[in-house]
Amino acid sequence: MNLTLKIWRQAGPRHTGELMTYKVSDISPDMSFLEMLDVLNEQLNAKGEEPIAFDSDCREGICGMCGLMISGEAHGPEKTTTCQLHMRSFRDGEVITIEPWRANAFPVIKDLVVDRGAFDRIIQAGGYVSVNTGAAPDAHATPVPKPAADRAFMAAECIGCGACVAACPNASAMLFMGAKVTHLSELPQGQPERMARVVSMVDQHDEEGFGGCTNVGACSQACPKGIPQDVISTLNKDLRAALRG
Amino acid sequence: MATKTSSRPAATARRTTIGLKILMAGTGLVFIGYVLLHMYGNLKALGGEESFNTYAEHLRTLGEPMLPYAGLLWVIRVVLILSLVGHAYAAFTLWSRAGNARRTKYAAVKTAMRTAWMRWGGVFLLLFLVWHLLQFTILKFSVNGDKQGASIQNNPYELVVASFQVPWNTLIYVLAMVALAFHLSHGTFSAQQTLGWTATPHAYRRAKTIGHVVAAVIVVGFLIPPLSILFGLIK
Repeated sequence: MNLTLKIWRQAGPRHTGELMTYKVSDISPDMSFLEMLDVLNEQLNAKGEEPIAFDSDCREGICGMCGLMISGEAHGPEKTTTCQLHMRSFRDGEVITIEPWRANAFPVIKDLVVDRGAFDRIIQAGGYVSVNTGAAPDAHATPVPKPAADRAFMAAECIGCGACVAACPNASAMLFMGAKVTHLSELPQGQPERMARVVSMVDQHDEEGFGGCTNVGACSQACPKGIPQDVISTLNKDLRAALRG
Repeated sequence: MATKTSSRPAATARRTTIGLKILMAGTGLVFIGYVLLHMYGNLKALGGEESFNTYAEHLRTLGEPMLPYAGLLWVIRVVLILSLVGHAYAAFTLWSRAGNARRTKYAAVKTAMRTAWMRWGGVFLLLFLVWHLLQFTILKFSVNGDKQGASIQNNPYELVVASFQVPWNTLIYVLAMVALAFHLSHGTFSAQQTLGWTATPHAYRRAKTIGHVVAAVIVVGFLIPPLSILFGLIK
């Protein structure tokens, strides 16, 4: 496959960036998107040019490190992470625009790499349960109803990649936060801190400069883990309960 | 050792984006209830002049003698005005926050435009509301050159019939009702989602359906009287 790539290049956080055009040829349809970028970087290295900076880690779709806006779609046209996206999802000769996640809360560090520390700070604000350390408790010590366990697991699939923020017209992180809140709210262990958690996390979310939710669902469509919009409803419900004091 | 659980006052929750959304959802539900009643009143026009004007007069005498003349009407108006202020305040605040949340836009865009439709549609509806109130409540003027004067102004039925015999006036109304239907099809669902009523997949699908049904009922119910007038079925 031969492709034309328009890639966002930005030397550093304070530099202004621009889209640069590159051409790659003889790309195998079985390559992953990141492998295709690796090929391009090999070419750039050989020419003595600065390679393109992008995030990746596990490359098997479970860590949430990679994430690119590919021709206007977070993680590209398939429902998966960028590392698990393959070039067979594109046409030969296609022009592909590659941009970093765009949100003020996710400042660009370099090229396609953004700082998602805002997610960590939201988790620090309340996305945890306080338990005393010691011997591991008996697995069945706290009974959890099956539907609650299933929903908690479903929400816990969130890998914090940030695609929801990137796809949201308001750059809102409600799907991420909804997943984290639902994950803990469904379980008995999450109950003692339930109200304090939701208020602290939403406060931190707003402080980081994310926008509000308009319930259009672009987040769920972009989510590589298919987290549904109803987790945002659970988040809203918990916040409303906290409002009543 | 006991672990520390921080507690935050409920007051902090009120200022969050979700707090604003709850304000928007609550006031939105007031409007949904109101437009359904308004639609019922409009359909009285199908019953003829007496049916429509009796209804209009009854709105003013409802609750008498416990309430003064038009007392209940003013209670409703105050609730609606407060709701409008709250709804618009929340909408514009969130709109501005969302604008600030992504100052660098994408070069390639492939996203649904529903958010933009809600916002600009809402602005259009606000402008229509001003026009609509001037026309039928505040100034009560007739846009129909053939039908002018106090006999038209003081007769709600005659004013409505005279107004919708004018095609351009009906066109504005049709556009506004289509905009309202789009606004409500998403807004009705969105309000339920914001109030946390859709926390299961089943409830989520039901909320979407309710949104579409409300929108369909509103657009059909509101367009029957003016179109009947325009095409001469009601004279």
